[in-house]
Amino acid sequence: MASPNTAKTIRVAPVTRIEGHAGFEIMLDDSGNVVDARMAIMTLRGFEKFVVGRPVEEVRDIVNRICGICPWNHHLASCKAADGCLGITPPPAGRKLRELCHMLAFIPDKILHFYFLAAPDFVLGPDADYSVRNVVGVVGAAPDLAKQVVHMRYKVQMALEKFAGKVIHPIAAVPGGYSRPMLEEERKELLAVVKEALDFSVFSLNFAKENVFPKYLDVINTVGVFPSGYLGTVRPSDGALEFHDGELRMMDQNGNYEQFKYHEYQDYIAEHVEPWTYLKFPYMKKAGKISLDETNPVGVYRVNCLARINVCDKMATPLAQKELEIFRSAFGRPAHQTLLYNYARLIELIQCCERAEELLNDPEITSREVRHQKIEPRAGEGVGCLEAPRGTLIHHYKTDDNGLVTMANLVVATGHNNAGMNLGVKQAAKALIKDGKYDQGVLNTIEMTIRAYDP
Amino acid sequence: MVTIAEEWLNSCSGCEIAILNIGDVLVDLLPQLEFVHIPVLIDKKYYGQTGENKELDIPEAVVGIVSGGVRNSEHLEVLKKMRERCQILIALGTCATDGGIPALGNMYSLQEIKDFMYRESPTTVPGPDPDYKTYHIPEAFETVTALDEHVKVDIKLPGCPPHPDWITAAVLALLDGKTELNLPERSVCDTCPTIRKSKKSAGDLKRILECPEFDPEKPVDDMRCLLEQGFMCLGPVTRAGCSGMTGTAPRCIATRVPCRGCYGPVKDGALPIVDYVGALSTVGYDPRKMVDRRGFLCRFSGAHSVLKKIG
Repeated sequence: MASPNTAKTIRVAPVTRIEGHAGFEIMLDDSGNVVDARMAIMTLRGFEKFVVGRPVEEVRDIVNRICGICPWNHHLASCKAADGCLGITPPPAGRKLRELCHMLAFIPDKILHFYFLAAPDFVLGPDADYSVRNVVGVVGAAPDLAKQVVHMRYKVQMALEKFAGKVIHPIAAVPGGYSRPMLEEERKELLAVVKEALDFSVFSLNFAKENVFPKYLDVINTVGVFPSGYLGTVRPSDGALEFHDGELRMMDQNGNYEQFKYHEYQDYIAEHVEPWTYLKFPYMKKAGKISLDETNPVGVYRVNCLARINVCDKMATPLAQKELEIFRSAFGRPAHQTLLYNYARLIELIQCCERAEELLNDPEITSREVRHQKIEPRAGEGVGCLEAPRGTLIHHYKTDDNGLVTMANLVVATGHNNAGMNLGVKQAAKALIKDGKYDQGVLNTIEMTIRAYDP
Repeated sequence: MVTIAEEWLNSCSGCEIAILNIGDVLVDLLPQLEFVHIPVLIDKKYYGQTGENKELDIPEAVVGIVSGGVRNSEHLEVLKKMRERCQILIALGTCATDGGIPALGNMYSLQEIKDFMYRESPTTVPGPDPDYKTYHIPEAFETVTALDEHVKVDIKLPGCPPHPDWITAAVLALLDGKTELNLPERSVCDTCPTIRKSKKSAGDLKRILECPEFDPEKPVDDMRCLLEQGFMCLGPVTRAGCSGMTGTAPRCIATRVPCRGCYGPVKDGALPIVDYVGALSTVGYDPRKMVDRRGFLCRFSGAHSVLKKIG
């Protein structure tokens, strides 16, 4: 991994408090300044290959094992791609139940990420000793808050599990709709939990705005700051931030954008291969190439909450919209500071709760018509796309006459952000390491630029 | 106080989320547990906190919990280090005990997987395979294997992911000084409340492209057995336990979806691919008419050389 003028390599592995398996290396020259830095993904699992030959309706139960923190998103994107292959559209209630599960899965994920994975850096400080810089440390530092966090995450997670059967690696959505209707008492129970979660999400953002972000404004504005493009989903009618069904919007680093339909993704996204990591680098196809130069990146775009907040014209729900206005007046559009992902995450949390409440108040949500009775397998092609917590998720399948998968192409959130995470590490390392001086606090601050994405 | 080290190998983190989903009981147990290493939550590094060490290291612990199977050289190195450093080793989840979903990859060669990923996918600009000999990345192995194919495993907790009740039971047993935990060797059918008429069914096997018959207003014990309805439910050859210790219906069945086998074989060494043929014959279906037989029956248990590429 070394370049010719490398005198020393610092190896940081594993990257911790993230979902996944990564390490990074920082190469220093003779005088101890950073020559280069790279983040590598360690595992090749091959889902795209081994779903080939499987019945397309079974893939939804296989690909949810890509990620145990966001299994719902893979499950639902797969159902959407299978719908396309089979040439069907779910009945409205089936579609709404899927979206509701999508929102309910987002809520504990965002709580987990903000408080368990990211907060230790902010509550205890990036320089705090590694042995206390974790959720147990947060419990020690802010016990009442921690208790509330654990309780809220667990409550939403269990409410979804009670309704959907399995919350980790779900099985409830099926091609053509949803496996069973929602009963009125289930609706009421979920609504009560969602109202509580909405209060908690508003509290969380206010707490962070008062106690967390102001304290670290210097770090936010200096670490992991670089211009890039952004990709996210918007509602076609008004450009509002959308998580489940919409159109994709690709924004360049100056804020100009193009909007396109899911099945056109190949016109906008290409993937580059490097020999030093197992993860590919998706980039803006129209740029013609990708360059990982942190001062002048080419073809690089990012996904996940900050990207969504940047590309959308507005939030889709009222309380979230108020918060977006405050955010934009402080940081502009597009905002390029990587650590602002944590801020954007909490604005999105509010929209997820508000949207779940809207869906649960929709009389159609308890309709009995939730899935097609019988679907004939056939040859086809489908692109299933939605926003996962970590960013845009694209599942593209082709099937044969018997409905067996013949091709699967997956462009997943961590992939989209591969270039961004690499640039963040490089920019932060160059900003923070001079004359060979560094310590675990400095290395952890660099790691925060990876953690912000929740890879 | 018991010290615990936790690691994830070829895994998805679902098992780690299942640990968190122990919920309030976990909060009560925390004072008795000391996590010395758990990458999802704690910043302990393999090569020292400032990257100064040459060799991978993990602190000593009484209990080691490992999720995920082995797909590359780093997984194997971490697993061996965990075995060396921990007195009791728990394989957590079906990936660790039987290969899990990632072991479906054993139906293809590693080169076929790389060829698609790095050259043939419609969005990929063809490039080289990752080069573990030149760069600091692990060597990908030809197949996915389970933990006990490499080291001695003391306790196996299958499930994708394991129900939090079983994880709690294992931790409580260890706190009680026990070093074993015997899970019931029963099938999902043994715990399933659906109605069985034990009559041979006619007609073809159904895929979940069809909706089973049930009344959504009525409880699951009012629904006819999905296998008898013609769906390829893997209940007969799958270990029970997905609904925890509460004795409620298996979770997929409760959602009106057939069991897909995520708890793995009913007992160690059982072969679902063989046993299911008998189960289908008893209800009158022709196993030869199953779509994707190997992919179905080894969905979660492709390690131990069960799934290999044919030809």
